[in-house]
Amino acid sequence: MKPAPFRYVAAESLEHALAVKAEQGDDAKFLAGGQSLVPAMNFRLAQPAMLIDLNGLRDLDFVRADGPLRIGALARHRRIERDALIAQHAPLLHEAAPHVAHPQIRNRGTLCGNLAHADPASEFPAVVLALGGRLRAQSTRGERWIPADTFFKSVFTTALAPDEMLVEIELPALPPRTGTCFLEVARRRGDYALVGVAAVVELDPAGKVGAARVALCNAGETPTLVTVNDIDAAPEQVRRAIDPPANVHATAAFRRHLGGVLTRRALQTAVARAGAAS
Amino acid sequence: MNVELVRVATTVNGTRHEREVEPRLLLADFIRHELGLTGTHVGCEHGVCGACTILVDGVPMRACLMFAVQVNGRALTTVEGLAPERDRLHPLQEAFRDAHGLQCGFCTPGILMTMKAFLDENANPSEAEIREALSGNLCRCTGYQHIVDAVKLAAERAR
Repeated sequence: MKPAPFRYVAAESLEHALAVKAEQGDDAKFLAGGQSLVPAMNFRLAQPAMLIDLNGLRDLDFVRADGPLRIGALARHRRIERDALIAQHAPLLHEAAPHVAHPQIRNRGTLCGNLAHADPASEFPAVVLALGGRLRAQSTRGERWIPADTFFKSVFTTALAPDEMLVEIELPALPPRTGTCFLEVARRRGDYALVGVAAVVELDPAGKVGAARVALCNAGETPTLVTVNDIDAAPEQVRRAIDPPANVHATAAFRRHLGGVLTRRALQTAVARAGAAS
Repeated sequence: MNVELVRVATTVNGTRHEREVEPRLLLADFIRHELGLTGTHVGCEHGVCGACTILVDGVPMRACLMFAVQVNGRALTTVEGLAPERDRLHPLQEAFRDAHGLQCGFCTPGILMTMKAFLDENANPSEAEIREALSGNLCRCTGYQHIVDAVKLAAERAR
């Protein structure tokens, strides 16, 4: 397997990368970790005419928590897994990270690259959606923040324009008395989940469940967000809301069943964690 | 399509190499075909099997999921760089030999490179940690038991 020929540009600055992308549009692809793009190129499922390599832009490898948590385009999965700021401010992201592929892939792949790839089977899009994050797109025309709930359009399709790059994401601080939980079922360690659930639960001052939301991966054409009103009815609500794929790994009915079971378990754990946090 | 060649200068196992390559040349193929270091094996070529795992600046990565042009200025270690000298094995390799941590040996170079970095970080791993660290390397011969034994043995001997 050999990728089709392409031209290679090692970006010297963010401005350089954006200028080249503005010129080339959809013919060019940004190369960050490449852990989804390169396999697709090896299979020739993707044949970009040009790659703009971002790996030299070290400034984009950041995690900051001086306000809301911000994570830059070159922060790799390994950092998401290990960074103390992420464990503290976004425990849901921290909990999901070890489920993403294998250690060697996590050493190279980036969170923002994963989000821009928009694979509905992937864990991080569901997590960012559950947390109500927003994503900063930049181009030579300027910049804009895109809420996670309008970012994921379809399978491998996002709201990014052909000249835009996802440069960072922002995750809002969790409200007080909030607990989170990520659970998934996969056939083997490192496989895509048959279904995964990211849950966020906020308790009211009396300790009763206030707001709750779950986002599921591999449950439809995009990560699927479900706002829960009645926590006891949530599994059934999720089973109705999702439209999971059927393939050799599992039937749609089994995934739907799993979505319900994992929702119940994830919400229970999130409630317990919210209680412990308050 | 006429594509310009790109210069890549990289250090592999302490030796500096410079080549001009097509951008599409995968790092695994660069190591094998350009440098003649055939210890790095190529299995699935899409990041699942782990046979091509090498160290890039000390960190295990898939050589089939990177392009050679991306390691310009980087230091690589392949399985050929493990042994301290020609007639002596690295302690991890010794442990694999003593604990029968391989059968056909195809997956072994990738496993050694993964476990080298793992033991450097975690000198006293539990069996669960070893199995988690091994999750990105497929072996179709051993059933993994003797690989886990070998890693445990290497960790024990290093203490």
